[in-house]
Amino acid sequence: MEFFETTILVLQSTIRLSVPLIFAALAGLYSERSGVFDIGLEGKMLAGAFAGAAIASLYESAMFGLLGAVIVSMGFALIHAFASITQRGNQIVSGVAINFIAAGATVILGQAWFRQGGRTPSLSSDAKFNAIELPFAAELADVPIIGPIYSDLLSGHFALTYLAFALVPFTWWVLFRTRFGLRLRAVGENPAAVDTAGISVIWLRYRAVLCCGALCGFAGAYLSMAISAGFGKNMTAGSGFIALAALIFAKWKPVNVMLACLLFGFLNAMEIRLQGKELPLIGEIPIQFMQALPYILTVILLAGFIGKAIPPKAGGVPYVKER
Amino acid sequence: MNNFAIELQKINKSFGPVHANKDIDLKVSKGTIHGIIGENGAGKSTLMSILYGFYHADSGNILIDGNAITIKDSNAAIAAGIGMVHQHFMLVENFSILENIILGAEGGQLLNSGIANARSELKRLSDEYGLDVDPDAIIEDVPIGVQQRVEILKTLYRGADILILDEPTGVLTPAEADQLFEILELLKQQGKTIILITHKLREIMAITDDVSVMRRGEMVATRTTKDTNVEELAELMVGRRVLLQVEKGPADPKDVVLKVENLNVRDGRGVPMVKDVSFEVRAGEIVGIAGVAGNGQSELMECITGIEHAESGRIILNGEPIGVTGGSTPSDMRDRGMAHVPEDRHHMGLVLPFEESENSILGIHQRPEYNKGIFLDIENIRKDANEKIEKYDIRPPNNRLKTANFSGGNQQKIVIAREIETNPEVLIVGQPTRGVDVGAIEFIHRRIIEMRDAGKAILLISVELDEIRSLADRVLVMFDGKIVGERTPETEEGAFGLLMAGIEDSDNSTSNPEQSTAQNGEAG
Amino acid sequence: MAAPYAKLPKWVDFGLIPVINILVAFLISGLVVWLADESPLQAAGLLIKGAFGYGEGIGYTLFYATSFVFTGLSVAIAIHCGLFNIGSEGQAYIGGIGVALACLAFDSTLPWFLVFPIAIVGAAIFGALWAFIPAYLQAKRGSHIVITTIMFNFIAASLMIYLLVDVFKPDGTMAPQTRGFAEGGQLPRLDWLFGIFGIRTGAAPLNISFLLALMAAFVVWVIIWRTRLGYEIRTRGFSPTAAKYAGINETRVIIITMMISGGLAGMMALNPIMGDQHQMQLDFVAGAGFVGIAVALMGRNHPAGIIPAAILFGVLYQGGAEISFEMPNISRDMIVIIQGLVILFAGALENMFRPFIVMFFAGLQKSNSSSAIEAGE
Repeated sequence: MEFFETTILVLQSTIRLSVPLIFAALAGLYSERSGVFDIGLEGKMLAGAFAGAAIASLYESAMFGLLGAVIVSMGFALIHAFASITQRGNQIVSGVAINFIAAGATVILGQAWFRQGGRTPSLSSDAKFNAIELPFAAELADVPIIGPIYSDLLSGHFALTYLAFALVPFTWWVLFRTRFGLRLRAVGENPAAVDTAGISVIWLRYRAVLCCGALCGFAGAYLSMAISAGFGKNMTAGSGFIALAALIFAKWKPVNVMLACLLFGFLNAMEIRLQGKELPLIGEIPIQFMQALPYILTVILLAGFIGKAIPPKAGGVPYVKER
Repeated sequence: MNNFAIELQKINKSFGPVHANKDIDLKVSKGTIHGIIGENGAGKSTLMSILYGFYHADSGNILIDGNAITIKDSNAAIAAGIGMVHQHFMLVENFSILENIILGAEGGQLLNSGIANARSELKRLSDEYGLDVDPDAIIEDVPIGVQQRVEILKTLYRGADILILDEPTGVLTPAEADQLFEILELLKQQGKTIILITHKLREIMAITDDVSVMRRGEMVATRTTKDTNVEELAELMVGRRVLLQVEKGPADPKDVVLKVENLNVRDGRGVPMVKDVSFEVRAGEIVGIAGVAGNGQSELMECITGIEHAESGRIILNGEPIGVTGGSTPSDMRDRGMAHVPEDRHHMGLVLPFEESENSILGIHQRPEYNKGIFLDIENIRKDANEKIEKYDIRPPNNRLKTANFSGGNQQKIVIAREIETNPEVLIVGQPTRGVDVGAIEFIHRRIIEMRDAGKAILLISVELDEIRSLADRVLVMFDGKIVGERTPETEEGAFGLLMAGIEDSDNSTSNPEQSTAQNGEAG
Repeated sequence: MAAPYAKLPKWVDFGLIPVINILVAFLISGLVVWLADESPLQAAGLLIKGAFGYGEGIGYTLFYATSFVFTGLSVAIAIHCGLFNIGSEGQAYIGGIGVALACLAFDSTLPWFLVFPIAIVGAAIFGALWAFIPAYLQAKRGSHIVITTIMFNFIAASLMIYLLVDVFKPDGTMAPQTRGFAEGGQLPRLDWLFGIFGIRTGAAPLNISFLLALMAAFVVWVIIWRTRLGYEIRTRGFSPTAAKYAGINETRVIIITMMISGGLAGMMALNPIMGDQHQMQLDFVAGAGFVGIAVALMGRNHPAGIIPAAILFGVLYQGGAEISFEMPNISRDMIVIIQGLVILFAGALENMFRPFIVMFFAGLQKSNSSSAIEAGE
């Protein structure tokens, strides 16, 4: 029974840890599927996290905070869009720039406005997202097996958590069942085909990049307003890059994205769990190895040793109308 | 006046100093197939791009069905009932045929109903025009001919009444081309108006009702097809320019220097591009390979020069076999006395941001005369470059100037100078005068003849038949990856045209074996 | 469409446009300072004073610049080969292992001038090896080098924590760092050199690796523009197809270039480890690898541009420290913003102002030629 309880606990933290990854990786999916590479997920998440916590603390409202997170993150996305779509600049360079600007600006502005060493004030429970009890969670808690699964594992998460998981089928639906999705996929593969079909490549890509910004805002809000009650310096701690790795690992497919994020979240949960513990047969695994595992796995995938990750064909290349 | 589907009045378009379209007038009658011919760069594609809203004319009017309209983008063109089949297909390769067809005409925010409609509509169009396709097949899995059908279906699905086809047969096999013509005929009978852009006279004569000829940005004539003939059109197309008649004496072929046997090459996607090709080139002769672009010439050339590897076959250079299926590199080939003027100087032959002197050693940069240990011998490289600049009259005579700032002709001279000055045994030349001004053309041609007279073996690959005929001593014609025939350069143009279109005419081919056996006898 | 690429005088292309881009980056940084309720002008003044106002400031400025020269060169040489190496940070970090091993092994037996060359080689080898894997994967298996080098930065960070905590840390201590080096593992400072010019660098850790950085810049210039290898690197960088045509072995060039790039990044580790802290500490790179990206972009990938760009960032680091003393609202994170803005405007948006400048010069020429005609009449 202890094994079962431990499993529930690990899976619970897996879900908790994978939610920001899912938001951010889906964000990257919209952008990269449209042909705009984005290594600035981290920066947009950070900006969103800061804006969300700052606004929520000012207005004592989680909703205002979320809105702020989304708008600010979209603002950063707009910079990326302007640089890489309108100005046809280098998308990688632009992404790197956004990461730095966000990393610096959140701390400077946070310190100037709140004077707490770059932190935003602690959010009261009204100003943050709180865990939701699913119906009958309390009643079912004592039922063996099903009880813990339902009450402990599935219930008691934030609204944003459920939203993240709902976004997976939604994104699939958008991508494969709507006009926008069809065009988005097309523009990432062959923008000239989209252009000659009378559709604006630029506007389409702008919309995709803005979707990316919005979802990064959600990811940021989750970090600063759900699992924490405020913004802390560099609180994303590289999860934007893990999300990027998950996106590649998932070969740019929505359901795979969720699975990859859960895998990376699980590794993270195990790493916390296993810290300093001896495993039978293997001995102690250095936690640093567990931390690096998502990146190692992604490199192995990129090297083509476990399937091949083929990015959207027009990815990273600015569209120039030519004949 | 209402029986014109399209009327263009005084269309002008310039790109910087290049006047691509000058005062173009064009009238296309409803329900006809109207051909537009002209050489590469005559301005055909620019004109059609204006009609399809890709470019905006600097001045002039466009009338569709007698109504003046402005076509500000492709959407406006589509709305006006114009559909275009581009030379390079505008398809999303990993999409199904159905998805490609509805792209841009989805019929609503959600795909479901649109797809269902498209499926039935596609069935109707398929039946009506004999355009049979499997709607769920993925584009990258179907043959080129089917991809083109999808492009036509795309325009019909959008309700196009006017179809523009840009060089539609360039990528097709002859059988596919015939099928296409049947389809076009059927479309015409259904009242569609078709504009066919091509540089192939045969197609014009075979299928069009009217034909307009463009030359250097101008519309020089419009004829009713049945009242004109190939000779007249050809003359209108090229104008009264000085015929490229290069002075040259008869060839004096000696030993076989380059021998290609049963060569097979696939391209990056695994499509066979060169199929079982065999031929030989002797010292002191120019062998030309003619053919429409895209029939395997580029792959053949890249394989011979060691850039790409073959799947099977042999190449023998100076009596020694080359590791053609792996192992041979461009440097090896150069070391063994081969020089290569590539067909695409912008991407292969030159590094455009380099100084002139840096490009004058590209590919031979590892030779001892340009190096001092691990360092480049800059002084010698520049001295050497200056000598070539003088000898080949490269202008401006500045070896520090960025190569991108030279004119096309002078850029090509940089390449020619570099390759010829290595004093090769075999010279492989691709499209030596593409985008080169008349003066430089003459100069380059003379150099190639001089090389021949100096006893070098030369393989000339060009899509300009004129050029091949005026330079080569023997002409091989390549079609669909195969050498489909050998002719003397004096052979009539029409006969070449047929061969290049993959049509074997039995009359002339009888003379061919004699010729080659005679040569084999000589070799033995 | 043609306008942004129209020809401009060389000094505009290589001088005016980069300067305008950088100025805009600084103007926006000023805006952030103002948003943080401080005076941008006063901040600029403090910056200059902190960086140049006294000898020790100059010493610190050049100390920081030393690291940035190495990483800037690292990023630049890869760009010449058409490769975007975001991994200089991780390569510098791993390069530290080479420095630490050399110092730990020989610091009490050999004098610094013998340990230094061993450490240089060690730093370069470890940095190069860390760059080798992404390079190999790019050249042989087509894995996107941007992504793999990002991944390798994180892998390096985890690896180094493990090594410092579980391997290098002396028993009985808590801090994740090596033991302090004896005299053989300490590079001499350059106070004597600057003393000649009457500049007292005081406690600034400016050390002899500054001279090594200048030498490295010269060597990189020689490699890129004067050797056969450099010729092949630039050919592949400008045009992979032309490189193929020229018989250049792409795999070899990619791998060698990346190893040089990684080696240069690795040598950055000499400066903080042997020159300043005299031990290897956690996170000693402190973002210098990323600053290298900004430095390379700003210096237009030319050593002659990279040195002033590195010094400019040295100014920001040193002067920024000064500002953060005086202005409570401005911490050194301000530099990170400036760095990002420089990357944005000198990199991704480098052609944004071009059309305006072309228009300006076209207008200038027109008025010139028309006035010439008038004069002629």
